[in-house]
Amino acid sequence: MSIRVAKTGNEAVAEGMRQINPDVVAAYPITPQTEIVQIFSSFVANGKVDTEFVTVESEHSAMSATVGAASAGARAMTATSANGLALMWEIVYIAASMRLPIVMPVVNRALSGPINIHCDHSDTMGARDSGWIQIFSENAQEAYDNLLQAVRIAENKNVLLPVMVTMDGFIISHAMEVMHLLEDEKVREWVGEYMPENPLLDVDNPITVGPLDLYDWNMEHKRQQAEAMTQAKPVILDVARDYAKLSGREYGLFEEYMLDDAEIAIVALGSTAGTAKEVVRALRAEGVKAGLLKVRVFRPFPACEIARALQGKKAVAVMDRSDSFNAVSGPVFAEIRSAMYGAENAPTIVDYIYGIGGRDVTMDHIKSVYDDLAKIVKTGQVERNLTYLGIRE
Amino acid sequence: MSVPKDAGWKDVPKAGRILEPGCAAKYETGGWRTYRPVHVPENCINCLFCWIYCPDMSIQVEDGKFRGIDYRYCKGCGVCAQVCPGKRGNKALTMLLDDEAQGKEGETK
Repeated sequence: MSIRVAKTGNEAVAEGMRQINPDVVAAYPITPQTEIVQIFSSFVANGKVDTEFVTVESEHSAMSATVGAASAGARAMTATSANGLALMWEIVYIAASMRLPIVMPVVNRALSGPINIHCDHSDTMGARDSGWIQIFSENAQEAYDNLLQAVRIAENKNVLLPVMVTMDGFIISHAMEVMHLLEDEKVREWVGEYMPENPLLDVDNPITVGPLDLYDWNMEHKRQQAEAMTQAKPVILDVARDYAKLSGREYGLFEEYMLDDAEIAIVALGSTAGTAKEVVRALRAEGVKAGLLKVRVFRPFPACEIARALQGKKAVAVMDRSDSFNAVSGPVFAEIRSAMYGAENAPTIVDYIYGIGGRDVTMDHIKSVYDDLAKIVKTGQVERNLTYLGIRE
Repeated sequence: MSVPKDAGWKDVPKAGRILEPGCAAKYETGGWRTYRPVHVPENCINCLFCWIYCPDMSIQVEDGKFRGIDYRYCKGCGVCAQVCPGKRGNKALTMLLDDEAQGKEGETK
């Protein structure tokens, strides 16, 4: 039986970490992630976990210590947000290229400046090519569920890649919601014991990690990373199926919400998907064939699967909670439109950059996007490929 | 570690890990050399400074005496010639262009 509780996203993730009971956590506080490691450190102090908690002087050190611990053979975790992730940058790439199955909750926050502590996706979108698996969460329940699944995904022998589990800063991290925790024993059994590959602490089999790797083999090792990302897709689905048996909650690479027969659809990530679902329900009640595609796994990007799901729609709006400043579109749009290129019956696709620096996105905003899509379908004309939603002109 | 010449990306250990301890011995860094140290026995006082300083353990010593240079690993850095005090101002190790030095060296491997 699962346990029905009221938790914020940060509390839920801290509880998940307690249940995972990692060997090492090295972390540094940063808003809005601070509570995760603050709550977790109380679990350490109160003997609720066996974790070695390393208080470090910066995020660069947090990720470095996590990489060191993971190389030694520990199940190692850290957590961060925005500028903390930016300070980790160098080691974020190293963690992936060293094939260390580190799991890191990232509480999405605008990457300064102008300095801002509220939600957008500019932090993790910047890390989209770092070689980390990226899983987005719609609410606290999903953040908790994704965290537990991330351990099994990361540590799978065909994957061995680090995983970021994201949730929207404040909107999810600090808002309380009713959710279900699993029992401690069930989680520990389901997550299982970590059997590291080539741990440095295996003194009977001494190895070298992180040696110089120049033009003779570096490209082959990068090719291996790319392959691991490809292999991760079926593993993510396998883990989700197994997790459904444990929890009763089902996950895929993305979620289709009233998408089957939809003529117009929105693609969104994170908490906005929840708002969009409400709008879809309201529009459906009015007879509008609206639908939603919520991207859960952004890396590896399920390009073919999403293309199939969007084929035959008349118009699609992609919601980008960060900008690429490339004068074309945000990062999610670039992926979606690229996935649709050459597909039969591809819809007209437009991009909306929204919610930057925590700018509120309401049901009215989302409704206006569906209205725009309906107008595109009706007139066959696209007024703007890129809209800054709610911007004051 | 030794990787077969026809190995591809599927064949090599993940992340460039080196799974075989001590395998640097299989990598003969002598191929990097431009200049090679050449021993001049009449100027050698067997102080073995060269042996102490050599970063690649290329100076061979037997019974407390200089015996030769292992050119399989000598990168030609020249530190041995630099530290060599020699005898009466004449160095016991001199650096010559590798191509020109062929055959001039004493004991080699």
